[in-house]
Amino acid sequence: MRITQGTFSFLPDLTDEQIAAQVRYALDHGWAMSVEFTDDPHPRNAYWDMWGLPMFDLPPDEVSLVMREMRACREAHPQHYIKVIAYDASYGRQTTALSFIVNRPDHEPGFRLERTDAHDRVMRYSLHPYAADRPVGSRYMNGNGNQAA
Amino acid sequence: MALTTAPPPVNKKDRWASGVTPYAEMGYYDADYVPKDTDVLAAFRITPQPGVDAVEAAAAVAGESSTATWTVVWTDRLTAHEHYQAKAYDVAPVPGREGEYIAKIAYDLDLFEEGSIANMTSSIIGNVFGFKALRALRLEDLRIPMQYVKTFQGPPHGIVMEREYLDKFGRPLLGATIKPKLGLSAKNYGRVVFEALRGGLDFTKDDENINSQPFMRWRDRYLHAIEGVNRASAATGEIKGHYMNVTAATMEDMYERAEFARDIGSVIIMMDLTVGYTAMQSMSKWARRNGMILHLHRAGHGTYTRQKTHGVSFRVIAKWCRLLGVDHIHAGTVVGKLEGDPSMIEGYYDTLRLDHVPENLQNGIFFDQDWASLPAVMPVASGGIHAGQMHQLLRYLGEDVILQFGGGTIGHPMGVGAGATANRVAVEAMIQARNEGRDFFQEGPDILEKAAKGCPELNAALQVWKDVTFDFQSTDTPDYVVTPTFS
Repeated sequence: MRITQGTFSFLPDLTDEQIAAQVRYALDHGWAMSVEFTDDPHPRNAYWDMWGLPMFDLPPDEVSLVMREMRACREAHPQHYIKVIAYDASYGRQTTALSFIVNRPDHEPGFRLERTDAHDRVMRYSLHPYAADRPVGSRYMNGNGNQAA
Repeated sequence: MALTTAPPPVNKKDRWASGVTPYAEMGYYDADYVPKDTDVLAAFRITPQPGVDAVEAAAAVAGESSTATWTVVWTDRLTAHEHYQAKAYDVAPVPGREGEYIAKIAYDLDLFEEGSIANMTSSIIGNVFGFKALRALRLEDLRIPMQYVKTFQGPPHGIVMEREYLDKFGRPLLGATIKPKLGLSAKNYGRVVFEALRGGLDFTKDDENINSQPFMRWRDRYLHAIEGVNRASAATGEIKGHYMNVTAATMEDMYERAEFARDIGSVIIMMDLTVGYTAMQSMSKWARRNGMILHLHRAGHGTYTRQKTHGVSFRVIAKWCRLLGVDHIHAGTVVGKLEGDPSMIEGYYDTLRLDHVPENLQNGIFFDQDWASLPAVMPVASGGIHAGQMHQLLRYLGEDVILQFGGGTIGHPMGVGAGATANRVAVEAMIQARNEGRDFFQEGPDILEKAAKGCPELNAALQVWKDVTFDFQSTDTPDYVVTPTFS
């Protein structure tokens, strides 16, 4: 089940070239860049793990620096969700400007919808990622059926 | 360019003689008045009856929207009347439109109750529109001083907070109103909600006239809709929402519905403009206290916002709604089925989204407006738009907008979910192309066609609707247009 979080999830996975074009757009605007990863894909998980610190003050031609960090994160966590984030600190905004997924586990088992009866016909709902049945760090299998970090 | 036909100064002794004195001679017109930073300023478009002097008409509007009545009253002398009376300080003819004038009127801050839109509206538009001496009147724009802005709560969340809550950045949000407008029963209604949200939309929406009718009561609708929302959320891993319409006959009923929506876990509710400013402001405070995104449907506004000579311009409604505090407001599409000149719409969107909106007569903005960091309102574009217009929508409306495709989702030949997918793929592809630096406005059809190659849903949507446009003459256009220059 393909999680469709992030700005471009309904398009085919972005190639490195396409990712670089988005990074370039962000750097042209003077936005800070960051890479984050997680194995908890719950939509209310606002705090993915940060890969190092955000990269501030990058000139527009430093796209390769961001790409390098992204690839390093992919190498370290090939079976995690990884996203690239562009942050706009300007007055009146001070929030994420762009955020898209650049890596996914080979197999995404998706979510279980828990329903608990409340009163009359009211249900209490909660989303439970199947992956979270296993502990942090051993949640996703790689394509060979082996557990991966 | 101000008119110089000021009436002759009046002897102070005569000012208080009983009987009728022209408003302009009672101080309601003052060409020398310099507006204070703390004044509320109004721009009225006045069309006096034939034979009525424009300055006197402007003074009458100033008088009757502040302290005056039709004859001199001695009780005026019990007040510091010069302080409280509004002053028309600028009256200018509209170029190219015979008999029409723009009158600018200043109101002292003391005339208004803090934090009350009901009071601001009653004060400024509560009395003057029926005036016999005017053939027509329209409130074009209002400058709200910063001191007054600060007495209002503003949007319960605003654009930044809403995006952070939904965790959705970098693209317009997508919605759809459930169709048919009326008649579906709750379970079937919920089916449409589920399919549209799972297919790729961020939100679905009750229509303005869906409240609680015999064919579907509100509680049943909410229960089925929230099931659809949660199923779709589980199927996608995204936060989804359905705007539960809490519009009702009484305030107590509105609170009951809103509380139920909160209790069953909805992220968002909606209300119609027809509930009135007092109800809207109450719901806004409630939404802030309860962490609920608040959507406003501007139901009924077209009865008084649309004609150029009459009523209240939508940009004033937009200002009132930003102050009293809504998170979303319908503000026009430009290319859809409902009225909207591109320049006028740009003016509305700027009014809702920017922190400082400079005067811009081409966009119908008559005054500089400072919002003093009041959060922005997310504009909503809804009405006759479809995926094939995505490049136009992005160009005219920008990124911080909600694009709602009711018919454009539910009318898709492959089904509701396919319609949603088509819209989502179209918007993501267009954003990707824009960010890559392509001239997406010109190349829009190519970009969509290329995206459609990998997406049969989008392909089908483009086939069905590619020739649909709504080209009618706009009823509300700017007085000023950019003159092209040739080099």
